[in-house]
Amino acid sequence: MNTKVTIAGIELKNPVMTASGTFGSGMEYSEMTDLNRLGAIVTKGVADKPWEGNPTPRVAEVYGGMLNAIGLQNPGVDVFMERDLPFLEQYDVPVIVNVCGHTVEEYCNVVEKLNGSKAAMYEINVSCPNVKQGALAFGQDAKVLEETTKAIKAISKKPVIMKLSPNVTSIKDMALAAEAGGADAVSLINTLIGMKIDIERKCFVLANKTGGFSGPAVKPVAVRMVYDVAHAVKIPVIGMGGIATGEDAIEFMMAGATAVSVGTMNFIDPQTTAKVADGIEAYMKCKGVEDIHDLIGCV
Amino acid sequence: MKRKEKATIVSQEMLAPGIYSMWVQTAMAADAHPGQFVGVYPKDGSRLLMRPISICDVSDDKTQLRLVYRAGGNGTKEISSYAAGEEVYLLGVLGNGYDLSKMQGKKVILLGGGIGIPPMLNLAKELDAQGIKTITVLGYADAQLFLKQDFEQASDFVYVATMDGSSGTKGTVIDAMNAGMIMGDVICACGPMPMLRAVKKYAADMGMKAYISLEERMACGVGACLGCVTKTKEKDEHTHVNNTRICVEGPVFDADVVDI
Repeated sequence: MNTKVTIAGIELKNPVMTASGTFGSGMEYSEMTDLNRLGAIVTKGVADKPWEGNPTPRVAEVYGGMLNAIGLQNPGVDVFMERDLPFLEQYDVPVIVNVCGHTVEEYCNVVEKLNGSKAAMYEINVSCPNVKQGALAFGQDAKVLEETTKAIKAISKKPVIMKLSPNVTSIKDMALAAEAGGADAVSLINTLIGMKIDIERKCFVLANKTGGFSGPAVKPVAVRMVYDVAHAVKIPVIGMGGIATGEDAIEFMMAGATAVSVGTMNFIDPQTTAKVADGIEAYMKCKGVEDIHDLIGCV
Repeated sequence: MKRKEKATIVSQEMLAPGIYSMWVQTAMAADAHPGQFVGVYPKDGSRLLMRPISICDVSDDKTQLRLVYRAGGNGTKEISSYAAGEEVYLLGVLGNGYDLSKMQGKKVILLGGGIGIPPMLNLAKELDAQGIKTITVLGYADAQLFLKQDFEQASDFVYVATMDGSSGTKGTVIDAMNAGMIMGDVICACGPMPMLRAVKKYAADMGMKAYISLEERMACGVGACLGCVTKTKEKDEHTHVNNTRICVEGPVFDADVVDI
């Protein structure tokens, strides 16, 4: 049975990755799950300098999911390269570094520093809904997205994945813009912008007022968007949004995703990624699927 | 080692309106340290996140944990409906807990306010077992003095403050400390943020050391999501910004370190 998939020439032993921001840099979960079971590790967003993030409360539970407005708190690329990357290099898993920035220059600063590292790919976060300046601004205008992709591709020595926002009129147009800019792959969906109000206190639950909505409740939206994008672009699509089981992952793959990411459900069960990988294999065995590629885009 | 594991509920009782005491059978009890907490997962699939609940007590044979919590939201209300024999998933044990080595040879004042009272019981018992003298001040809203009798067994002196004045000193734990002229070397406190701010100021004014246990909305409980941070005076060693993770570096902090 073949569960290997390839994205931009990087082979993954299985299609299950972590979604950025839900797995730290692997260290926190390494004592609770076998990192070697992962197809790839996608790190929390890394900027060129440390970012403080937003005030608290930063998280809230909602029906079937959660809201977060962390605001991309991160220690910066220098600490990441000194501490987090060497830790991840112990494992036999490709590392995809999620890169965030307020300006094109800031994205490029991170990419330039990481070009000499052992990181396998970059995932460019042009879709975080919780940062006021930049981030989502790059992912909501097709022209800006294409230009941003081009600028990063021009200096990148590694494959570039553009992470797309669902908070747009047509995510397909955004994917086409990323492809036109030279992206090697696209990943979707980032979180949907949501809001929760505390009716007892008559105030917003999150200090940031709005937050990114994720978790099992968003899955049907994500599957539809992956389907739309996968049928529009030629580059590989990485699908995510509420994946909790192998069956969920297979839905995304049938919609056209070459690989999938587990996000919010890491918080609910640190073993989710391993269970998703096991679930995909169990499905293939049960249905007599010899090669996982037979599932990709099969509907 | 942190893990998500099934535990069996041994008992569940209401101590006061909305305040429940639940004993659970779990191997995690062997690792529990005063001031630490566990995550309790609701079973209703629409409620995904674990509920962080402080450890109130550990059975003598270290096979059971006592969790005393407020059933405030729908998740904790669901948890309060679980009966003996039912199973529940726990994530634990989480957080740092109190550093008892810093209390050797000291006179320790324990302050608990509201649902911050339960974790102080386990601390009182551990300090007592190590021969360290404690004075406890418990702050309640009214005369529903849950866990007071337990503290009387574990702590050398127990004082009470109630906001409505129906028992003990009328007012806060600080009011009770002033009224009783309570002095010591170290304060350990858990309670609502206004109380902890007052404790921090009180300790600074009196030249006492204070260790305070903080609370924040939390998702992962293991330091990955950066949801539950608190401000710090200096740059935090892990995050490299003026934020520290309550779930890993806390929930217990030296009051001088956090900027609350």
